[in-house]
Amino acid sequence: MPTIVVEVMPKAELLDPQGKAVAGALARLGKSRFSDVRLGKRFELTVDGPVDDALLAEVQQLAADLLSNSVIEDVISVHAAEADDLGPGADSGDTTTETPLGAAADSVQR
Amino acid sequence: MRIGVVTFPGSLDDRDAQRAVRLAGADPVALWHGDHDLHGVDAIVLPGGFSYGDYLRAGAIASRSPIMTDVIDAANRGVPVLGICNGFQMLTEAHLLPGGLIRNAVGTFVCRDQRLRVENASTAWTGGFEAGQEITIPLKNGEGGYIADADTLERLEGEGRVAFRYLGANPNGSLNDIAGVTNERGNVVGLMPHPEHATEPGFGPDTPDAMRSGIDGLAFFTSVLSTFAAA
Repeated sequence: MPTIVVEVMPKAELLDPQGKAVAGALARLGKSRFSDVRLGKRFELTVDGPVDDALLAEVQQLAADLLSNSVIEDVISVHAAEADDLGPGADSGDTTTETPLGAAADSVQR
Repeated sequence: MRIGVVTFPGSLDDRDAQRAVRLAGADPVALWHGDHDLHGVDAIVLPGGFSYGDYLRAGAIASRSPIMTDVIDAANRGVPVLGICNGFQMLTEAHLLPGGLIRNAVGTFVCRDQRLRVENASTAWTGGFEAGQEITIPLKNGEGGYIADADTLERLEGEGRVAFRYLGANPNGSLNDIAGVTNERGNVVGLMPHPEHATEPGFGPDTPDAMRSGIDGLAFFTSVLSTFAAA
């Protein structure tokens, strides 16, 4: 089943208490190479039927309206992926079939 | 006067809010998140709790409940709305109040009696206080850090829309020590601390006079009553 992935992160300029707690744990474990950790969210929306530009645009709107709160978060990415490519290692190779958002990509904050 | 208290899945303090309404001398009306019916109430309380387990974001899912479209319409008509804790989070998610609430900067849930300064005593819910008055009511939350962008903060401060400020050590990292804010009109107020838990002697915060005798929260509810008595 095709899937649309939405990634949301706390705004860079805001304190991220969850990330700070993880960074503290890393430091206590002696992992000194990491100066900061930020912790966000990834949504995987399973789609009934094919993913087209109209649906991606709809999800882009949903990401802005419901899946994130623009006061405290930024939408980092909205893209399509095949379910086979999700799960462990999905993003580690070239096999992930990610579809750029097209025209709406301009509004996606990186 | 009839004051509605909305119950959402995961509301915890709806009954306490109803009790506070009764103690103030008004009639509490239980409202249901899934309805489109405000039962003609004169004012509305969105109570504390962990609606939908705080999943997605605190208050986010509840703020899209059926009854919230009616609450938003009522608020825009000038009906007094008070959001307490999770209710405050819902009001920001519903864009009735500016800013947002994030996890406490201290990294833990905080539960304690909290001193506040009433900064704005001319809202529907604070008219019974004096501006600058110090009160103590319970605070209990994990996501109480109030944040807003610099322009919004400046506007809130400039327009006197910071309703309450934390006194003493900032419990959750809220910018400008903000504990609660009001909308431009003064009918919508949201705050993280819990006035409904400080309305009856024997069950409130300790005071110098006696243990658990603090009832500083009662004036929130009597304030909205006198708004209507005066109208």
